[in-house]
Amino acid sequence: MPKYQLKINGKNLEADVAADTPLLWVLRDHLGLVGTKYGCGIAQCGACTVHMNGVATRSCILPVSGLENAEITTIEGLSENGDHPVQQAWEEVDVAQCGYCQAGQIMTAASLLKKNPKPSEAEIVRTMNGNICRCGAYHRIREAVKLASTKI
Amino acid sequence: MTKSIDTSRRNFLKLTSLTAGGFMIGFNWITNEVKAASVIAKSAAADVGFNSYLSIAPDGLITLFSPNPELGQNILTSFPMIVAEELDADWSKVKVVQAGLDTARFDRQVTGGSGAVPHSWKLLRTAGATARHMLIEAAAKRWNVPASECTTENSFVIHAASNRKLSYGELAQEACTIPVPENVKLKDRKDFKIIGTAVKNVEAKNLYTGKPLFGLDFYRKGMLYAMIQRPTAFGLKIKSVDAEEAKKMPGIVNVVTFGNNVAVVGNSTWEVMKARKVLKVEYEKDGSLESTDDHNKLFTSLMNSGKADVQRKDGDVEAAFKNAAKVIKSEYQCPFLPHSPMEPMNFFADVRADGIELIGPTQTPAATRTAVSKLLNVPEEKITVQMTRLGGGFGRRLKTDYSVEAAELSSIIKAPVKVTWLKEDDMTGGSYRPAVRYRFEAAIDAKGNMTGYKLRGVGINAGNCTRQDNFPSGAVDNLLIESIEHVSPITTGAWRAPITNFLAYAEQSFLDEVAYAVKKDPVQFRLDLLQRARTNPVGDIRYDIDRMEGVTKLAAEKAGWGKKKGVAQGFAVYFSHRSYVAQVCEVKMENGKPAVKNIIAAADCGEVVNLSGARQQVMGGITDGYGHAMFGKLSFTNGETDQKNFNSYRLIRMREIPEIETHFVDNGIDPTGLGEPALPPTGGAVANAIFRATGQRIREQPFIEHSVFTGKKVKSTMKNTEIK
Repeated sequence: MPKYQLKINGKNLEADVAADTPLLWVLRDHLGLVGTKYGCGIAQCGACTVHMNGVATRSCILPVSGLENAEITTIEGLSENGDHPVQQAWEEVDVAQCGYCQAGQIMTAASLLKKNPKPSEAEIVRTMNGNICRCGAYHRIREAVKLASTKI
Repeated sequence: MTKSIDTSRRNFLKLTSLTAGGFMIGFNWITNEVKAASVIAKSAAADVGFNSYLSIAPDGLITLFSPNPELGQNILTSFPMIVAEELDADWSKVKVVQAGLDTARFDRQVTGGSGAVPHSWKLLRTAGATARHMLIEAAAKRWNVPASECTTENSFVIHAASNRKLSYGELAQEACTIPVPENVKLKDRKDFKIIGTAVKNVEAKNLYTGKPLFGLDFYRKGMLYAMIQRPTAFGLKIKSVDAEEAKKMPGIVNVVTFGNNVAVVGNSTWEVMKARKVLKVEYEKDGSLESTDDHNKLFTSLMNSGKADVQRKDGDVEAAFKNAAKVIKSEYQCPFLPHSPMEPMNFFADVRADGIELIGPTQTPAATRTAVSKLLNVPEEKITVQMTRLGGGFGRRLKTDYSVEAAELSSIIKAPVKVTWLKEDDMTGGSYRPAVRYRFEAAIDAKGNMTGYKLRGVGINAGNCTRQDNFPSGAVDNLLIESIEHVSPITTGAWRAPITNFLAYAEQSFLDEVAYAVKKDPVQFRLDLLQRARTNPVGDIRYDIDRMEGVTKLAAEKAGWGKKKGVAQGFAVYFSHRSYVAQVCEVKMENGKPAVKNIIAAADCGEVVNLSGARQQVMGGITDGYGHAMFGKLSFTNGETDQKNFNSYRLIRMREIPEIETHFVDNGIDPTGLGEPALPPTGGAVANAIFRATGQRIREQPFIEHSVFTGKKVKSTMKNTEIK
């Protein structure tokens, strides 16, 4: 199997996997970064969202072979101490119920705020609409994105 | 109703913990049996089973143990809050630990039935109060002052008269020598400092930084990964398996067949997923291969001529309907639904000669252990179960199928293995909310009173799909509640607020129909029925009339029922799992279609433990109830689901949520549970508001298929309302 040189959370990491292995499973099974979640495997739910060159991307359908020049950020690397404004806002608003989808929600929100630090409610909803929360924590997710936008 | 525990019958144990000088408090379940008490007194700490809810280390660290599985109901925060309240612990410094399965130390380690807090409320409080008592006694002894002069605050015992204080850590060792009190006084609720406040999730930091918490995150060096190919339809069994190609795929260790399962075992998830795709499995018929069309026909025939089980009968129903001035008759239907937790089913099992280790997300660890013990014929003492955090449950993880199969596979391949289900496996693999059809009939006399009420429920693997003693039973002279069950190969199970999650919608919509037919305000109509049940009850009444009336009035008041211009309001109220929730839904017409704008909820769950968590349960329950009523549909063709994943099965998303307002009744009664009760009323409140806005009754879920949304008429197999 080929070896892939990956840049993840600012570190150079190597994965010895098949070319078609989705980044999600490279992260989870080979690099021990399990914060990125498997939800549907077909890019419908957003639980697997990471940043590729700063942009929110679904890692469950992203083959590792195309990533050698990409900078990947996962939830583990969003901030050094877990204090990214989005993470802080999530704590303050007390967003999570089961919490399984929240890493993906946070990564989507962080990417939105990077591009658009003061999004309107409609822009927040349009962006966050791609991430499913089965517990229905949507009201607090929306509130937390708004709060985070005041911290950036 | 859950019986509250008589804590006085349980012996408290204080134990010098094995960690030098620590102090642990617990209840011993063994001592329920009188003979066991002396055994414990003689035993060393390490030998006896004790139910440890808290420990205090000499350095002051207070650890609170939470024994019930956490799936988003926030029990990991609310259980310790209750202990900390009575202990007067400094909440900012306590450590919370998820305990594993230990039936000797803990009881009812189950997440289900909205029952954990109601069940453990007194127990947890008493644990905290007992430790506090012993810490005070220890301080009083050291200071040589009466204990009655000592107070506690933020993990300190204080003697104000002499301006002295000692931390709980400093007192831990001496507290161990204090006799355990037989009875301790619990706080007056007006003195609560933690209970009733909004406390943040204790796991927040770990959740928001991606720490491994969930079953799917569990990894152990040397473990194998597996996926299982199960029959593609209900009613099929394996005819033949050709795994030659799959076995040759990279990273594949083994392919084994057991029962109707073909397990692909390998070194990584992706390799296993790829190999599974090249398996050649042929199936043959093993039962009826049922389609949704068949079920619709079946509902019609069973509704008309099926043999029903009578669940409740009051008065003379036949005469009431014969003598009625008006009869209203309506049918309602709900489809199968998958649970769709975001984390798919998974479990780790390591079956070794010396014992079995099971680790994963389960709502029922004890049942898991029992099932594995039976299957593999290994005594329960040799099996451990550790609960991970659950990425949602909704009832799906009350079943043990996915943990038992992992254990079976591990026993066959003689290796530690984690079995993971794909989302497609979850959605196609069963244990759904059952599909049901209801027929309601109301007899109305010349004065507009409801003199007769009939409900016949037909369900597919739904058991008794009625709640015969629920409202309006007790408020109608002549009443007949019946159920019919069709047994199908399609597996069903508890789904958040079992039965009531669809029955409440149907019943509350029908009562709305009756209110309109007799030209009464729908809220007043219900209040009149409640008053009738109070003053002149018919038969057995199993709901609390005052509490139901309380939430009805509160929701109506907060929503400005009947007073708002420009919105159409719909009302529903329901009692489930010991609690009461009323909701008013507000709909506006936008571009010719109804748009659900607001839902105002009033909940009576007794004492609210964590205001933040309680609001989440109400908002989440309503969003869940609304989303599934609106969009949820799992249909079948020849025993196979038509929907396989989130591209064809629609879950509610942020764009579709209504605004939700939550209010709690503050009546000071002990907690009665809140994981489920907010869900059942939602479908009815929404459908009733849509009726108000459009004049159209929605009698089938999902609502989105109704002509008020699609503009197209859909042919229904049900009987629509007939008014005689």
